[in-house]
Amino acid sequence: MSRTFIGMPAFPRAARTATADAQLRHNLRAATRTIRGKRAAAVGELDDWAALRAAGKAVKERTLRHLDRYLEQLEASVTAAGGHVHWAADAAEANRIVADLVQATGHSEVVKVKSMATQEIGLNDALREAGITAYETDLAELIVQLGDDLPSHILVPAIHRDRAEIREIFLRRMAGWGVPAPEGLTDDPRALAEAARVHLREKFLNARVAVSGANFAVAETGTLVVLESEGNGRMCLTLPETLISVVGIEKTIPTWADLDVFLRTLPRSATGERMNPYTSTWTGVTPGDGPQEFHLVLLDNGRTDVLADEVGRQALRCIRCSACLNICPVYERTGGHAYGSVYPGPIGAILTPQLRGTGGEPEASLPYASSLCGACYEVCPVAIDIPEVLVHLRERVASAGGAGHRVEKAAMAAAGWVLGDGRRLGAAQRAAAAARSLVPRRLPGPAGAWTDTRDLPAVPGESFRRWWRDRRVGGADTEAES
Amino acid sequence: MSGSRERILARVRAALADVPAGERPADVEVPRIDARPAGRGGLDVLVDRLSDYRALVHRVAPEELPGAVAAALRRRGARRVVVPSDLPPRWTGAWADTDSGGTSPAGARVLRDAGTGIAALDAVDGVVTGCAVAIAETGTIVLDCGEAQGRRALTLVPDYHLCVVRADQVVDDVPRAVSLLDPRRPLTWISGPSATSDIELDRVEGVHGPRTLEVLIVG
Repeated sequence: MSRTFIGMPAFPRAARTATADAQLRHNLRAATRTIRGKRAAAVGELDDWAALRAAGKAVKERTLRHLDRYLEQLEASVTAAGGHVHWAADAAEANRIVADLVQATGHSEVVKVKSMATQEIGLNDALREAGITAYETDLAELIVQLGDDLPSHILVPAIHRDRAEIREIFLRRMAGWGVPAPEGLTDDPRALAEAARVHLREKFLNARVAVSGANFAVAETGTLVVLESEGNGRMCLTLPETLISVVGIEKTIPTWADLDVFLRTLPRSATGERMNPYTSTWTGVTPGDGPQEFHLVLLDNGRTDVLADEVGRQALRCIRCSACLNICPVYERTGGHAYGSVYPGPIGAILTPQLRGTGGEPEASLPYASSLCGACYEVCPVAIDIPEVLVHLRERVASAGGAGHRVEKAAMAAAGWVLGDGRRLGAAQRAAAAARSLVPRRLPGPAGAWTDTRDLPAVPGESFRRWWRDRRVGGADTEAES
Repeated sequence: MSGSRERILARVRAALADVPAGERPADVEVPRIDARPAGRGGLDVLVDRLSDYRALVHRVAPEELPGAVAAALRRRGARRVVVPSDLPPRWTGAWADTDSGGTSPAGARVLRDAGTGIAALDAVDGVVTGCAVAIAETGTIVLDCGEAQGRRALTLVPDYHLCVVRADQVVDDVPRAVSLLDPRRPLTWISGPSATSDIELDRVEGVHGPRTLEVLIVG
């Protein structure tokens, strides 16, 4: 489990490999189209969706603009309810806090609820280095962990795997992690889920320490909220003695009453259900019920950098529903791994470069991993204008320079000169038509980078302007002829 | 580490330099959705939504409840069930009222929870509880560990959950439920049985939580 996104190829190269994988494209197309349809139906059922979306946006906006105050309030509420609050400036500090807390319990195994924040900080690897084994208990995360793989979707991390691959992974790897897969395991999803149930039940019933994230943290009351489907979340949040929750500072919401907006928008946006099968909330500790020791680790890890950008800040409104992934034509074809980021798809394309900065190659390529079609903005339940942030980040990347961007600037300047004058354009088009048999599929020199990721269109035999002029002179019934 | 606390809060404040000093949270307006007309939910919608989640649903008159509980447990073939310590004895009376852990004529046992260990919970055939609130619009039952509901583990470990919902506990929608619930209690919102769609988005019921949810709506 030492897999990591660091050093992954930049998006264009990764996407070229991914789009050549016919099986992957088939799996993704089937999956994203299914969720899209379900989501549209579930959203269509509510007659006040537009108002809910506006309310969700505004609640998050209010929280972010006064985040210091709400974080202090959250800390006070959790502490008053018997919990402990820790602050982690970066991934290393968060990992150290969690490892220390686990070691203080005297146990060396933890069960985990699926959590993007702990993926982001590479917690499992850090715990392993501290001699602690972390067991993922969400079915998809289990598939990813056993397969020594990386998640490729926020909500359905193993969306890129089909049932035959999952069966193979279970047969090959379950025994090494605990209860082996049953003999004669078929690739029926029911049988695979049963194998996971048996494999994980041993872990749940013996777990003493659990690690989770949270979907929401209510400042007013100190309540944490986890939405899930399988019951693995309830197992982890209820049965162990110690619970450690790693939560990004942007997950805060002001009041308990605000929660109702997100309980209506998140399940419908995420899995297209009226409500997810299980939602658990807890406030500190409850004597005689559930973990008697609770720790909340508040994580910055670049979030304050995102907050400082007045345009990019809106990415922190994200409630991780993944509707933007499922609607995105780029994601549908490349899958999540191509983004080289824990957060894939459109939200990843704006969140990751802001969390990690645009200095590195993978991050600098992400704002370009989009056709700017705007579908992601349309479906976002908190109305994050992802295209606006993408363009904003492209500007940041472009103004930082680099060879490719100098060539692009020169090409755009030349294009502007040609397009700005009818005669120049005509001359250029005649020249292009005359030379069309000589045009290569790949541009030479530095411009080659551009054609590496795009198919160069064939140059037509004559320009539209010339064709139009000839038709007009040739006869009045041009429309009927075509 | 308190150093990080101060550092993060300072970074948050620096990042929000554009927010006017006099702005208060309430100045950022949240368009509240006005209370929607009541009566949009109701029992029929609840039954429809629960069934949609593949829960088993029955409507019973108050006097029929003990018989309905007994019939459900008999259909299930349950030999041992656990119940919260304060479950009304009448609910399981027709099946086996065994406060003392006695055996019913059918040879089945009702275990009243008194901090039952996890392994023992894993060995029972099911659990019978009440609930705090049920939400018609989404087919959701909320448990708040209050009267007749017991600890969270009770409704989690056994494979079968028989839940009794009184008609007066049913609300139309999520906002009404949120306004009635006390966030200081641990809450469990249940919408149908445990389910996963992680394998090719094929829905499979029951991974870790109870694989069967049966609901008796009384009144």
